[in-house]
Amino acid sequence: MAEDLLTRDKPQPIQPEEHGPVVTFKDVSIAFDLKPVLEHLSFSVAYGETRIILGPAGGGKSVLMKLTDGLLRPDSGTITVFGNDITAMSEDELFKLRRRIGMVFQESALFDSLSVEDNVAYRLHEEAVPEKETHERVFEALKFVGLEQAIAKFPSELSGGMRRRVSIARAIVSEPDLILYDSPTGGLDPITSTTIIELVMKQRDVSHTTSLLITHRLQDAFTMAMNRFNPETEKMEPLPGGGVDESTKFLVLNEGKVVFDGDTHELVSSTDPWLRQYLS
Amino acid sequence: MPFVSPEDFAKQKVTAIQDYSILSWQAIANLFSRPRYWSDIFTQMDLIGVGSLPTIALTGFFTGSVLALQSATSLKAFGAASMTGNLVALSMVKELGPVLTGLMLAGRNASGMASEIGSMRVTEQIDAMRALGTDPVRKLVTPRLYATMFMLFFLTIMADAVGIAGGALISVTMLGMNTSTYFHNSYRSLEYADIVQGLTKPLFSAFIIATVGCYFGMTTKGGTQGVGRSTTQAVVVSSVFIIIVDFIVSRAMIGIFGR
Repeated sequence: MAEDLLTRDKPQPIQPEEHGPVVTFKDVSIAFDLKPVLEHLSFSVAYGETRIILGPAGGGKSVLMKLTDGLLRPDSGTITVFGNDITAMSEDELFKLRRRIGMVFQESALFDSLSVEDNVAYRLHEEAVPEKETHERVFEALKFVGLEQAIAKFPSELSGGMRRRVSIARAIVSEPDLILYDSPTGGLDPITSTTIIELVMKQRDVSHTTSLLITHRLQDAFTMAMNRFNPETEKMEPLPGGGVDESTKFLVLNEGKVVFDGDTHELVSSTDPWLRQYLS
Repeated sequence: MPFVSPEDFAKQKVTAIQDYSILSWQAIANLFSRPRYWSDIFTQMDLIGVGSLPTIALTGFFTGSVLALQSATSLKAFGAASMTGNLVALSMVKELGPVLTGLMLAGRNASGMASEIGSMRVTEQIDAMRALGTDPVRKLVTPRLYATMFMLFFLTIMADAVGIAGGALISVTMLGMNTSTYFHNSYRSLEYADIVQGLTKPLFSAFIIATVGCYFGMTTKGGTQGVGRSTTQAVVVSSVFIIIVDFIVSRAMIGIFGR
């Protein structure tokens, strides 16, 4: 069962009460070629929270995601992930930390010379997980995203939506404590986008994994906030009484600065003129 | 093309040398710590070594052949046509074998490394690798470096042997020399210092091919056009470096061994 993947005992379980924020940005700034991309960014993501990052294109959202994973280093400020100051960590230490983080890239970033199975199994192979267990876990992860039939295919044989789903399977196969989704619905048609959002929601509601999600589509963001995944029907459904998911919060960036940081209610009731225009 | 101030240009070049040096050092040092990607090393040995066999064999054979053909004409003028074997053997072992094998491998493999790694770079596969907890230098560069160093050494020996054989074929069939005399002279002309010199050069060439190819791949920017640019630069820079380093090593060896 796909749910087995989500409920499996983890080698180093993280208890919510043990943890403060999973991700914290404190006064983080970064510039490329002297052009500031993020300026004095501060926010935190609590354990089990899904933080949706919104904002116009070129606002530094993907850079923020790469900073969270330690793929880029800020010019100033500190970033803590699982309580570790990643700005002070060596690349070797970051490799170990990243094993607890799953990342879904904007363009999937699948290894094109490896099959779907080998792509999803990549981290398990690195951790020298026995072949039989690897195959089972890969199959479960692919079943979770509804692509178990594509296990032997190569990325070039898949559609854009299927690649994103394989990318999600690759991110969740090692049961990470934090998942970073960098525009998983970018460039996809509405139906496929909904399928991807449903998978992200499934991961949120069944495993309660802390996650950061970048999206350009406001409807995806509000779908995440106002729906839940029903494991019995295997479909998403609106929250009862028109409620909103309390674990889903928003961060809105514009020109490298935080414009909004809060929950769904605060977002929709914001009086900030720019934000109201952006949301309308 | 935007104008770059001399200061910025100098900074860019110094940064590039620094990045290249760090990459090369990491690629070497990674073999002495875990994890080691032995399967990748063997795969690269197959691609680089076995895959280059026909090219290197043909290059070596025809280089030896043409060397015999050209030198015999000049040597005959001095009544020293029997020395053709000496000339072919010395030239092949000390100079042409290592340098031409290095250049052929630079054309075939430095370009391959730059384009493969460059494509991975522009499609975020390198970032994905890092995000999955794998050091791309350890996984991609170190296997290519050690595989190239190991295989180029033996490819050079093969090129030398095939070159001398090519020279023999021409000397015997076209120039009417005695097979035994040719090989006897070839063998007698070679000394320990010549062999050491001929087998030291491929180690340097291999280092240049792998590190330059991987460096340009890892620093690729600008999509498919950038991949093409990196590939061209990798071949040009590695070929020029091979020839420069060949001169330096030759001079050093002459200084050490006196020939």
